[in-house]
Amino acid sequence: MGYPYSHDLEVGTILSRHFGDESARRLNVWQEYGGYAALAKAVGMDATQITGIVKDSGLRGRGGAGFPTGLKWSFMPQEPTGPHYLCCNADESEPGAFKDREILRWVPHLLIEGCLIAARAIRAEHVYIYVRGEYFPYTRILNDAVVEAYEAGFIGPDILGSGWDCELTVHIGAGAYIAGEETGLMSSLVGGRAEPRVKPPFPAQSGVFGRPTTVNNVETLAAVPMILSEGSAWYRQWGTERSPGTKLWCCSGHLERPGTYELPLGIPLRDIIYDVCGGIRNGKKLKAVIPGGSSTALLTASELDCASTYEGMQEAGSSLGTASPIVMDEDTNIVRAIRRTAEFYAHESCGQCVQCREGTAWVAKILHRIEMGDGRLADIDTLYDLCEQLTGRTICVLADSVVFPLRSSLDKFRADYEALIGGRA
Amino acid sequence: MTRKIHPAVVSAQPFQVANLRPTDRLFEDEEGRDRLEKAISRYPDKRAALLPMLAYAQERNGWVSPESMQQVAEALDLTPAYVNSVATFYTMYNKHPTGRHMIQVCTCVACHLCGGEEVFEAFLEATGTVPGAMSEDGKYVVMEAECLGACGFATAVQVNDRYFENVTPETVGEVLARLEQDGGE
Ligand SMILES: Cc1cc2nc3c(=O)[nH]c(=O)nc-3n(C[C@H](O)[C@H](O)[C@H](O)COP(=O)(O)O)c2cc1C
Ligand code: SF4
Ligand code: FES
Repeated sequence: MGYPYSHDLEVGTILSRHFGDESARRLNVWQEYGGYAALAKAVGMDATQITGIVKDSGLRGRGGAGFPTGLKWSFMPQEPTGPHYLCCNADESEPGAFKDREILRWVPHLLIEGCLIAARAIRAEHVYIYVRGEYFPYTRILNDAVVEAYEAGFIGPDILGSGWDCELTVHIGAGAYIAGEETGLMSSLVGGRAEPRVKPPFPAQSGVFGRPTTVNNVETLAAVPMILSEGSAWYRQWGTERSPGTKLWCCSGHLERPGTYELPLGIPLRDIIYDVCGGIRNGKKLKAVIPGGSSTALLTASELDCASTYEGMQEAGSSLGTASPIVMDEDTNIVRAIRRTAEFYAHESCGQCVQCREGTAWVAKILHRIEMGDGRLADIDTLYDLCEQLTGRTICVLADSVVFPLRSSLDKFRADYEALIGGRA
Repeated sequence: MTRKIHPAVVSAQPFQVANLRPTDRLFEDEEGRDRLEKAISRYPDKRAALLPMLAYAQERNGWVSPESMQQVAEALDLTPAYVNSVATFYTMYNKHPTGRHMIQVCTCVACHLCGGEEVFEAFLEATGTVPGAMSEDGKYVVMEAECLGACGFATAVQVNDRYFENVTPETVGEVLARLEQDGGE
C-alpha cells in the first residue's frame, strides 16, 4: 500500500503491498511472500507466450508515453542473430516523479523478477538497470538484492535449472535528466554523453552495442510478475479497457497527505487530490495542478472531474504522464512556479538542438523578468511564439515538455501574468 | 582495503562519499584493478565502463581530476579528449575538489512550492557559505539541486550518498548535527 500514507481506494496487490516493510527487501522474506514464483512459471514458457499474456493484459508503459508493453516487446526480432538487451529505465528525474524510487527501495526483488521475465520475453541475454546517480541509498538496496538473487540462482547461468542464461548489471548515471530519454539512456550506457538521437532506427532494431534493445520503465517491469502469475483477465479487473490495471500516483505540493499511492486507473483526479491525499493543506483552496509530472499541462480547480486514465487525462487537455500530480494552493505565484519549472528544462537541455538550447533558456529568462516586475505585455506574445518554436522541431521531446505547463499557464492564468506586468506595453 | 564487490553491481557504487581514499594511480592497486576488470567484464564493449570508472575516480579522490581522466582513458583505450567530453556532460562528476559534506538542496518545482528556497538559505546561513563555495574549514559546500526524486517529502536534501526528507528551515540544524555525529557515514 501507499507510502508513507495509505488509503481505502488503493489496490496494493500488484506493486505496493510491501511498501514500508524493510524486511521485504530480503530474499528469504520476499520468497515467503511468494517472490520469484512468476519467474519459475516464466522459465517454463517461451517468449511468445509471455509476450502474449502481457499484450492481453493491456499493460502500458509507465515511463510517461504509455506505449503498450506487449506490443513493444513484439517488435524485437523473433529469430535472434546475436545478443538482445533489456534496459530498465530507473533514471527517474522528472520533477514530481518519485514512484520508481519507492519500487527500488521497498521491493527490489519485484523489479529484478520483472526484468528477468521481460528479458525472457524479448530473448535478451543481459539486463542493464540504469539508475539515476543521485539515488545512492536506493541503489545500495537494489545492489544487495541483485547479489542475493545471483547467489540463489535466479540470475546468471542456467536459471532455476532451466538451461536459460541471463545476466543482470546495475549501472548508475551521473546527473543528467536527459539520460531518461530512451536513446539518451542508451548512449549514456555505452559510455557516451547522454545525447538523444533521431529515430529510426528504433531501439528494437539497433539499440545498445548496436543490438536490438528494449527500454522499459521500472514500474512497467515491476507490474509484470503479478500479470504473469495471475493472468491478463485478473489484471484487467482494474482500470478501463484502454487503461487497464493499477498505477502508482506520486503526489506532491500543497497536499495534506503527499506520497505514493497505488490506485486502480480511472478514479476521478478530484478524488485522488481531495480524498486519497486529504485535500489541500492548511484548509486552503486549490489553484492549479500539474497532473502528470512537470511536463504536462496544468489543470485548474474546475477541471478535476476527469478520469485518471490515459484517455481521460487527454480529454481534459493534459496527460497522465508519470502520474505525478504537483498541487498548488490558492496562494501560489503561478509565474514563479512555471519559471522554476522552465529553469529545470533549460538546465537539462542537452544542447544539440538550437531551438531547445536557446528556447528553454529564453523562456526561463522572460519568466524571471516578468516575475521581478520588469515584464512587458509583448513578453506574453513572445512566450507564445517560443511555444511554437519549441514544439515538434527537435530531436527529442524535452523541448515540447516545457511547452505544456507554459502554454497552459498562459492560457489559464493570463491574469496572473498581466498583474505582474502591470500594463507596461 | 579491498572490499569484495559482486561484478553485477560494480558499476553502481556510490561515488559521492565523505570518506575518501585518495590515490594518484587509480588502477595500480589491487582494488583499482579489480574494479576495472569487473566493470569491463559486464559489457561487450569496454567503452561502457567509462562512467563506472569516472565514478570510481571520484569515489576515491572526491573529484575527477585531469590525471584521473588520463588514467581512465588509458585503461579503456580512449582518447583523453573523449573522456573529458563525456565527463563534462554529467553534473555529478566534480571537476574540482569539494567539501567533505556536499549539501544539495532541492529547489525544483515541488520543493519550491513547499519552501525549498528557505531551506537552501537556512543551510547557507548555518554553514556561513555562499552557494557552491566551500566553507573555510573545508567541511561544507551548499548548492541548489534540480529535482531529487523525493518530491512528496519536500524539502528533499541530498548530502553525499544520503537523503534527508521533509527538511524545514527549523530542522537544518538537526541535519548538520547528524552529519557531525556520523562523520559522513
Ligand atoms: C526528456 C525525457 C526524459 C525521460 N525520462 C524518463 C525517465 O526518467 N524514466 C523513464 O522510465 N522514462 C523516461 N522517459 C521516457 C523514455 O524515453 C521511454 O519512453 C520509457 O523509458 C519507455 O519505457 P515504458 O515503455 O515502460 O514506459 C523520458 C522521455 C523524455 C523525452
Ligand atoms: S530537444 Fe533538447 S534535450 Fe532533446 S536532443 Fe534536442 S537539445 Fe537535446
Ligand atoms: S522537486 Fe524536490 S525532490 Fe522533486
